[in-house]
Amino acid sequence: MSEDRLKKYEKRLTELHKLSDEELKNRFWELCNKIVEPMVEYGKNYTSPSIERSVLLRMGIDSLTTQTLVKKINEAGLLGKGAGHVVLKLSQKENISIQEAAKKIAEEDTALQGLF
Amino acid sequence: MTYKLDPNKKIDIEEILKDLEHYSPRRKGWVWRERLEGGKIGPFTYKNVSLPLKNSVPLPAAKYFNNIDPQPMPVITTEIASGRFEDDIRRMRMAAWHGADHIMVIRTTGQSHIDGLLEGTPEGVGGVPITRKQIRASRKACDLIEDEVGRKINFHSYVSGVAGPEVAVLFAEEGINGAHQDPQYNVLYRNVNMYRSFVDAASAKKVMADAEIFQIDGAHNANATAKEGWSVMPELLVQHGINCAFSVAVGMPKSHIGLSTVPPCAPPTPKLWFDLPYAVALRDIFSEYKFRAQQNTRYIEADIEEATRTHVIDTLISALTSADIQSTITPDEGRNVPWHYNNIRGIETAKQTLNALDGIKELLQIKRDGPLGEMVRDIKERAVCFLEEILDNGGYFASVEKGFFVDSAHYPERNGDGIARDSRGGVGVDTIVKRDDDYLAPVCSVYGENHLPEGTKKACDLIGGCTLCKHDKIAYIDEIDQTDNCNIRLEKSAEFRKGNLIKPETEWAGDGTVLIQVFIPEEIEIAKAATLEMAAKMGLDTPEIVNAQVMHPSEGTFVEVKGKTSIAIDRTKIKIPPKEELLDEDEIRAAVKKLGLKVVAGTVGEDEHSVGIREILDIKHGGIEKYGVKYHYLGTSVPVAKMVDAAIETGADAILISTIISHNDVHKKNMKLLDEIAREKGIRDKVICVCGGTQVTREIAKEAGMDDGFGRGTKGIHVISSIIKMLKARGKV
Repeated sequence: MSEDRLKKYEKRLTELHKLSDEELKNRFWELCNKIVEPMVEYGKNYTSPSIERSVLLRMGIDSLTTQTLVKKINEAGLLGKGAGHVVLKLSQKENISIQEAAKKIAEEDTALQGLF
Repeated sequence: MTYKLDPNKKIDIEEILKDLEHYSPRRKGWVWRERLEGGKIGPFTYKNVSLPLKNSVPLPAAKYFNNIDPQPMPVITTEIASGRFEDDIRRMRMAAWHGADHIMVIRTTGQSHIDGLLEGTPEGVGGVPITRKQIRASRKACDLIEDEVGRKINFHSYVSGVAGPEVAVLFAEEGINGAHQDPQYNVLYRNVNMYRSFVDAASAKKVMADAEIFQIDGAHNANATAKEGWSVMPELLVQHGINCAFSVAVGMPKSHIGLSTVPPCAPPTPKLWFDLPYAVALRDIFSEYKFRAQQNTRYIEADIEEATRTHVIDTLISALTSADIQSTITPDEGRNVPWHYNNIRGIETAKQTLNALDGIKELLQIKRDGPLGEMVRDIKERAVCFLEEILDNGGYFASVEKGFFVDSAHYPERNGDGIARDSRGGVGVDTIVKRDDDYLAPVCSVYGENHLPEGTKKACDLIGGCTLCKHDKIAYIDEIDQTDNCNIRLEKSAEFRKGNLIKPETEWAGDGTVLIQVFIPEEIEIAKAATLEMAAKMGLDTPEIVNAQVMHPSEGTFVEVKGKTSIAIDRTKIKIPPKEELLDEDEIRAAVKKLGLKVVAGTVGEDEHSVGIREILDIKHGGIEKYGVKYHYLGTSVPVAKMVDAAIETGADAILISTIISHNDVHKKNMKLLDEIAREKGIRDKVICVCGGTQVTREIAKEAGMDDGFGRGTKGIHVISSIIKMLKARGKV
C-alpha cells in the first residue's frame, strides 16, 4: 500500500474512532447516498434501447417487433423522444391503432420522416 | 383453471402448457410465511414457526414424533434450473412438499449478454432460457403446487444483463415474485457498460417496485469470486450499501429489498470468527432491510457430506442473527448441475437445522462486549473508509475503472487483482441516449423524466391502458424455433413420463443417470481407474468419477461414479409382493384368549441384544402381551436347546427367538438349529418357530426352517397376527 494511501486511511480511521456506532451507521448511509447521486441522475435523464423496448412491450407490441422498432427509431435519431412517444405520435397523426403504427414503422422506411 | 393436482398422480406437463396464451397470474408480489400463533405443534411449542402445510413430506425422524413437520419462519429457497423447465416443474413440486416456498430459476449461460427478450422454450445450458412461455408455464405450475401444499410459492429469476428493463416488465406482467437486480453485478461480472447498467437498473427497479417484486442484490458474488472470501467483507458492505441506496433513491421500498449474504468462510477455518462478526455488522448497518441468507458455495467440492456440514453451520449463523429468507445450495453443486434429490437434501438441511435451533436467541446471546464487538466495529470502519475513498477518487465510476472492487486483499490492503472496467467500454457501450425535453413514455411504471401531456391522469390512459393494467394486451409468442422447443422434448420423454417405461433420472425424464458408491482398497489413482472400469462393466454408459476421497493413502479410497443406464423397466411386468394384511386386533384377542396362548422368547447364541425382543413382548411397547399372550422370557445369550426345553416345560404354542448378530451367518445357523432340535425332541409340528432381527427377512427365516421371520420396524402386532394366522391354518383357532 502506498504511503499516501496508508496515511489517508489512518487519518480517516482516527476520525471514525470518534463516532458512536449510531453515528458510524449514519455516516455509512450518508456516503452511500452521496455515491449513488450521479447514477440516479443518469437514470432520470437517460434512456436506453432496452428501456424503450420495455415501453413498447407495455404498449402491447411483441418482443420481436420491439427490436426492429427501437433500431429504426434510434437510427432516425428519435430515441430521445421515447420509442413509445414515436409510435403514439404516428398513430395519432395517421389516426391508426398503436399496432398499425408499429407495423408501419417496422415495414416502411419513410414512416418516421417529418414526424417531429 | 379446472386442472387440480392429485398427490397420487404425476403433474401433467401437457395440461399446464394447454391454453397458456390466456393464462394470467392470479396475484402479483412477494409473500412471506404466516406465523403460527402460539407455536403449538404436536406436544411441542415452537418460538418461530409458520403455518403448517396441507401436504408435505416431513423429516425422516418425524415418524417418532407423530409425523409433525414444523415449518420455520424464514422463507426457504431452492434453485432449480436443469436446462429443461418442463422437467424442473416436477422438481419444484417435490421441493414444495419438502418445505421450499421460494423457487429460483437460474438463466441459461450467456442470457445476460442478449440485448432483448428470448421467446419460446429452447433448451438451456447451466440454466433455463428465461422466456415468457417458460415463466408463464412455471408460474402456472407453481399456482397448482401451492394449492396442493397449502402455502404460497414465490417464483424468482434474474433482472440483470443488458435487457434488464424488458425482463423487469416481463416479470411484472407474469406475476414473478422475486428477482435479483444489482447493476454492480452487470458491471463487475458481466462487463456490461457501467452507464448503461445503471440507467437500465433505475428503470427496471421502478417496474419491480410497482409490481412488489422482492429484490435480491448481487454482492455475494464478491466472496464467491475472491480467493479469500472473508477478506472482502468490508467491500461487501459497500456493494450492499450502493445497491440499497440506489434502489431506495429510485423508489423501491426497503421492505422489498433483500441483501444476498453468504457466510464467507468454511471449515477447516475457525469459521465463526469471520462469519459471525460479518453477519452482525451487516445486520447492524442494514437493520431496515431484509436478509436473504445464502449458504457458502465458494469452498464446496465434490463431497456432498462436507457441503452439508458447512451449510448447517451457515444456517446456524442465520439462526443466531437473522434471516428473512434462508436460501439453500444443493450439496452436489460442486460436481454437477444439481440433481432432483439434492435440491431436496438442501431444503432438508435448512429445515432440519432451523427446526433444531428454534428459539435459540431465547437461550443464547451473542456476546458483543468482547472480541466480537471489536471485529464488528472494525468491519464497519473499513467499509466506511472504502466509501470515503470512492468519493475521494471521483465517485463510483472512477473507482470501478481503477479496479477498487473484488480485490482479494483485506481492505485497505490491495492485491491489484480487482476487476477494473473501462467506462467507455463493455457490452452496450455508447447505447444510452439523453431524454429530450419532450420525452414521453405512455405506459405505467416509468422511471425518470416523462413529459405527459397536461391533464393526463395516468400515463397509459394515452393508449387505452398498458399491459401492466390490462393483461390481455400482452403480445404472447409461443415458439420461434421449431427444432428446439419443449414440445419436441416432451414427445421424446413421453414414454417415461406417461407411458409404461421406468428409468432412473437425476435431471430430465428418462436421462438414465445413476450414481454408484464404492470403497476400493487401493490408493486413489488406482481406485479411480478401477471404479471406472467396473462401472463400464456394469453396463454404464459414459461413466465419470464425480468424487474420490482418500480413506488412507494406501488402504483405500471412497469413490463415487456416475453414468447412464439404458435399462428401462416395463411397469406392467413388475411384481410387487402383496402387503401383509394384519388381523383385526379384536380377532387376535379373542383367539389368544380361546387358546390361552403361551410363548417362550429369548435372544439366542452369544448375543446380548434385548431391546428388540422386549419391544415385541412388552405391553408398554405395544408388544404381544397387549393381546393377552402369556410369555416366558429367557433373556439374552440363551442356548437354542434351552429355548426348546422351556417350550416343552411350559407347553408353549410358539418359540420366538431374536438374533441380531449376523457375523458369519450365525443368525441363520441358530434358526436352523432351532428347527433341528425341535424336530429331535418331537415338538416341531406342535410349536410355531419364528425369528426376528435386523438382518432377518421372511425369506431368510423360512429358508432356515422357521415358520416366519421379522426384520427392522416389526411391532408386536405383526408377530402375533402371523402366529394366529398360522394357527388358524392349522385348524387350531
